[in-house]
Amino acid sequence: MSEQRSPGFDTLLIHAGARPDPATGARQIPIYQTTSYVFRDADHAAALFNLQEVGYIYSRLTNPTVAALQERMAALEGGQGAVCCSSGHAAQIMALFPLMGPGKNVVSSTRLYGGTVTQFSQTIKRFGWSAKFVDTDDLDAVKAAIDDDTRAIFCESIANPGGYVTDLDAMAKIADAAGIPLIVDNTTATPYLCRPIEHGATLVVHSMTKYLTGNGTVTGGCIVDSGKFDWSASDKFPSLSEPEPAYHGLKFHETFGPLAFTFHGIAIGLRDLGMTLNPQAAHYTLMGIETLSLRMQRHVENAEKVAKWLEDDPRVDFVTYAGLESSPYKAVADRICPKGASSLFTFGLKGGYEACVKLVDSVDIFSHVANLGDTRSLIIHSASTTHRQLTPEQQEAAGAAPNVVRLSIGIEDADDLIADLDQALAKATA
Amino acid sequence: MTETPSEALLRHILTTAKVFACVGVSMNPVRPSNYVARYLGLKGFRVIPVNPGHAGETLYGETVYPELSAIPADIPVDVVDIFRRSEAVPGIVDQALDRFPDLKVIWMQIGVRHAEAAARAEARGVTVIQNRCPKIEYQRLFGELRMGGFNTGIISSRL
Repeated sequence: MSEQRSPGFDTLLIHAGARPDPATGARQIPIYQTTSYVFRDADHAAALFNLQEVGYIYSRLTNPTVAALQERMAALEGGQGAVCCSSGHAAQIMALFPLMGPGKNVVSSTRLYGGTVTQFSQTIKRFGWSAKFVDTDDLDAVKAAIDDDTRAIFCESIANPGGYVTDLDAMAKIADAAGIPLIVDNTTATPYLCRPIEHGATLVVHSMTKYLTGNGTVTGGCIVDSGKFDWSASDKFPSLSEPEPAYHGLKFHETFGPLAFTFHGIAIGLRDLGMTLNPQAAHYTLMGIETLSLRMQRHVENAEKVAKWLEDDPRVDFVTYAGLESSPYKAVADRICPKGASSLFTFGLKGGYEACVKLVDSVDIFSHVANLGDTRSLIIHSASTTHRQLTPEQQEAAGAAPNVVRLSIGIEDADDLIADLDQALAKATA
Repeated sequence: MTETPSEALLRHILTTAKVFACVGVSMNPVRPSNYVARYLGLKGFRVIPVNPGHAGETLYGETVYPELSAIPADIPVDVVDIFRRSEAVPGIVDQALDRFPDLKVIWMQIGVRHAEAAARAEARGVTVIQNRCPKIEYQRLFGELRMGGFNTGIISSRL
């Protein structure tokens, strides 16, 4: 490949991080099923442990199969580096961990996956952290929520379950003015539809479990760092700007510059939190990513057809798909994810809670599961499942009210999906 | 002004240079400057340490010199690598241009920049790299950063 020519996205899907195996010439990335790696000599070991050289020590920290996936994710999102971990939930903790401390808070969108709302509103309190939830459509509310202890803004580019699109450019502007990073969960959009770093995000987190892996096989998470945030510009991020006692007083940002966050994620995050991705899971995810563009095109095409059909059906109250002309998010979607609004959305049933439950029990092709972004079409009644732990107010804010059903449209024949919904709606509203 | 040097240029420097002079290198083995010097030595470069506070001592087998102009004329320095604050750059660049008529590169570490001094060096035909680390670039271009999950930008189906 000639110098200075940047490879296109589809080439990165196949090749980024995936040069032939130096030991064997294997063309596909081998699954390095090993816990540990032999050091050349004592000096080599010491240099690795001191972070003076990059290399493999122990698979809790680094593994060649996982590293290939990390490089691929960093390349796809246009970041400097990436850390993979065991799930999307792990990725959120791993992203916040270097930024937060007791008494610090994250300003977070109310429109999130229900599990994230619970993680942020309940579990992180045990670390002394907290979240301040705001409606990210209300930019003044976002600004007003930021205080001296705020260490990040968090949102989803395309929010689960409603498929609402967040104005990332506006979020990034607010974060910049406050001197804090913007963290964007890009799970539902994938880097095929949206590249948050191009809209000013500092960090991008993923549940790779979803569209990236694509077949509903393994869980995995990832944090991509843009490398663009100046961690030393204020005293807000001592984990990155101040001496680290566990590494002889090394300062991550001073030492590693734009690679600091990724180094910290490996050397402190994975070392001490241990939420490591295993190489088998990395392999499944790498295989899935190779076909991401093709699958996302079909996901979007099918979602547009199904959403339009539902919108015209008298049994349906509303459809939230941001790709519909009627969506209030259409304009922002055209700017943030111009190739489509993914294939996750909700619709309201005039029959309310009872009709929703009956619908979910009546589908044949759609699978009733708590996942999204599978090749298979999926259906779930969020209020009684994924968003069950939330208060009615939180459910409403998240777009998961009792009369709402969530769909994740797969890559089957759209006509079959429509026919399945049609017969199930007939039973649900009979 | 070479804020974003091309991959080809960085490759060229790191495959053709033989001798680095590291100005402001620390004797403390856990300081970044020290282990950049150590790393470059491991990769086969000759690394001449420059630090007035430790002149006459030895670092990784080489005598520490108090300043660039004290380096003997028979040591053919290709790259002057600056580990000092940006304010100190002009004096170092002037000394480097004066001392080494065949100097190829002036390299400023991450966070170190000086546009005016860089322009003076470039006017003399010297390549200037600013705000970069030769260790990180070497690791990125020749594979090691792959092990850490960094975006090396390298796409290749060759072994």
